[in-house]
Amino acid sequence: MFLKLHNWAETNAVALLFLSLIVVSVGGLVQIAPLFYLDNTIEKVDGMRPYSPLELAGRNVYIREGCYVCHSQMIRVMRDEVDRYGHYSLAAESMYDHPFQWGSKRTGPDLARVGGRYSDDWHVAHMHDPRDIVPESIMPAYPWLAETPIAPDRMARVMAANRATGVPYTDEMIESASADFRTQADPDSGDADALLARYPKAQARNFDGEPGISELDALIAYLQMLGTLVDFSTFEPAASR
Amino acid sequence: MADTVKIAGWGLLVLLFGMAANWGEDIAYRTHALLLIVVSAVMFIWSIRTAGSGPNDPDGPRPETGYMDGVVRYGVIATAFWGVVGFLAGVYIAFQLAFPLLNWDLPWTSFGRLRPLHTSAVIFAFGGNALIATSFYVVQRTCAVRLWGGKAAWFVFWGYNLFIVLAATGYVLGQTQSREYAEPEWYADLWLTIVWVVYLAVFLMTIVKRKEPHIYVANWFYLAFIVTIAMLHVVNNLAVPVSIWGSESVTVFPGVQGAMVQWWYGHNAVGFFLTVPFLAMMYYFIPKQAERPIYSYKLSIIHFWAIIFLYIWAGPHHLHYTALPDWAQILGMVMSVILWMPSWGGMINGLMTLQGAWDKLRTDPILRMLVVAVGFYGMATFEGPMMSIRSVNSLSHYTEWTIGHVHSGALGWNGMITFGALYYLVPRLWNRPALYSTALVSWHFWLATIGIVLYAASMWVGGIMQGLMWREIDDQGFLVNSFIDSVAAMHPMYVVRALGGTLFLAGGILMAWNLWQTIVGAGAARTPTPVPAE
Repeated sequence: MFLKLHNWAETNAVALLFLSLIVVSVGGLVQIAPLFYLDNTIEKVDGMRPYSPLELAGRNVYIREGCYVCHSQMIRVMRDEVDRYGHYSLAAESMYDHPFQWGSKRTGPDLARVGGRYSDDWHVAHMHDPRDIVPESIMPAYPWLAETPIAPDRMARVMAANRATGVPYTDEMIESASADFRTQADPDSGDADALLARYPKAQARNFDGEPGISELDALIAYLQMLGTLVDFSTFEPAASR
Repeated sequence: MADTVKIAGWGLLVLLFGMAANWGEDIAYRTHALLLIVVSAVMFIWSIRTAGSGPNDPDGPRPETGYMDGVVRYGVIATAFWGVVGFLAGVYIAFQLAFPLLNWDLPWTSFGRLRPLHTSAVIFAFGGNALIATSFYVVQRTCAVRLWGGKAAWFVFWGYNLFIVLAATGYVLGQTQSREYAEPEWYADLWLTIVWVVYLAVFLMTIVKRKEPHIYVANWFYLAFIVTIAMLHVVNNLAVPVSIWGSESVTVFPGVQGAMVQWWYGHNAVGFFLTVPFLAMMYYFIPKQAERPIYSYKLSIIHFWAIIFLYIWAGPHHLHYTALPDWAQILGMVMSVILWMPSWGGMINGLMTLQGAWDKLRTDPILRMLVVAVGFYGMATFEGPMMSIRSVNSLSHYTEWTIGHVHSGALGWNGMITFGALYYLVPRLWNRPALYSTALVSWHFWLATIGIVLYAASMWVGGIMQGLMWREIDDQGFLVNSFIDSVAAMHPMYVVRALGGTLFLAGGILMAWNLWQTIVGAGAARTPTPVPAE
């Protein structure tokens, strides 16, 4: 029976094409489709929100420079990882990530919970030359980030594209994208309370210590919020997952 | 009439890319627009100059008969060229990890941008051109017909290489989707989709019009590769562009689903780009070079269907102990372990084809390369299922062990079998009596083999060391090593790895020289000139 079927495919190119396509479709369907409807795929947690405009811009710098090539953002459920990096990562923590930044390699340490671990000054010096801070480091230096100004004009459109893929940005968030962007890097220049109302736990300050908004401001704003959103005091792990 | 349409079409494209260059929002997008202006302007001028010399023109080119080998020749040259470029990029970034000074504090030369350049150059530029060229060569010989579609095969070749150039320049200028092995942005992805559909049409229709009653085994593998890559590419790259005048797009898949889709794609870039069609190369070039029939027809049937069914399931083993639900992790692990069997089915079929021809290994360095490739394939496909077991993966994941595993497959299997195929093809395609130098092939073989051994051994040792250092806990229950201790400990391993890569690159350069001398007909490759009878 199987050999007969194969014999048919071996003498009929179109049959071979479609049989192959059917055979290779099965695995993906079984593994991917249920993740969109099984309720326990993403944990119910308190505190998750979409990225603020400045954080999202910093995240784009992180992606552009290929940081994911050497840094994971996924703490596995293992004792040493929890000891070293903090609470293991939840699926909920990357539910607004398009795309995810879990990474596949730790040439450098995991960054899933790097937020708040080092000061802004540490990050500024580290990005200027990592070996000034950590002599054994093999990370490239990123001196151009501090020198490259970054404007908020694109962020409304980036947020709208994110909304089109399911990130719950409201009209209000998109309309005030430019203002929120500036306010987060310079809280005296705008309505910081409104920013915090839209993006709870957002940290607003001059991240790089220099006047103007640079790519470094955006990147540090992103790094300093990583892993800080979920309220673990109300989190209960599900037994069946 | 057709000429008018052609000229007008290229002219319109120049205009369109001019608008894109003007309104482009980022440097990568504008650079690509300028590049495409140049390409379409050259085509515009060329179509004006060749206007009127259509098939009806008595002085024009006549319809060609016989095999269409011009496109295969270009593909072979492109394969050797991109191979050297990709190996060079790999060696460079290997030295960057040993000596971070080599990043030069510049955006365009920093590791994060060059690493995708390396992976895409070797997988898609070197591997992809090798697959397109060999598939066009093999399908014509095994179907006994000329390629279907006239100039469509040329479109596939140039279109694919344009995609490579867009991808490579994009990475250096900071354009990436950050989906590993699928980094090019939306418009490059759309372009590749068009090229790939034409590739599928050319390949499928050539089989359809074949003169042989049966479809040869190599063509099953090539066909499954083309159709599966189309599926993977389209699904994994579904994204919403932020603007048609900019590079940036937002993938439709969030977090955990995105991770699953990405590694469904990523592992099958290994499975259906670097394994299935390279098995097709094995099924053609090993029997030809050894002059022996394939060992078992039945085995090839069973392992073909098993391997294409099972490979697709293996993705979740890249996500063990992560936030991916456990059921998906376990499913991925079990299927990965089962995958060992059909993988070795292919290895056995390749190696046993040498029955009665083993003595040729002593004298024929090309056959030696092909066979060692299958050996590395066997090792890598044992190591892979082992590393996909959750408890092994808990140690190996995130470490250089994975890099060592990938390279024993990529350098040993994909590299060696491609080298063997190139050495087989060049004298035949350029009608030379022999290669320029068989001794240089031997040199290449040993440089590459020693390079792989240095590479894989240093990364195995280094990777296991990293995994053990990260999890080492003292009797008080505290972590023993800080992360940077493991970075410092890797330094000698990174140096050895870079040296291994350098040897492999040196072998690649020898090959390029040897092939080039064969093409121009130097030394042993000189075609004997007929001497007039006295």
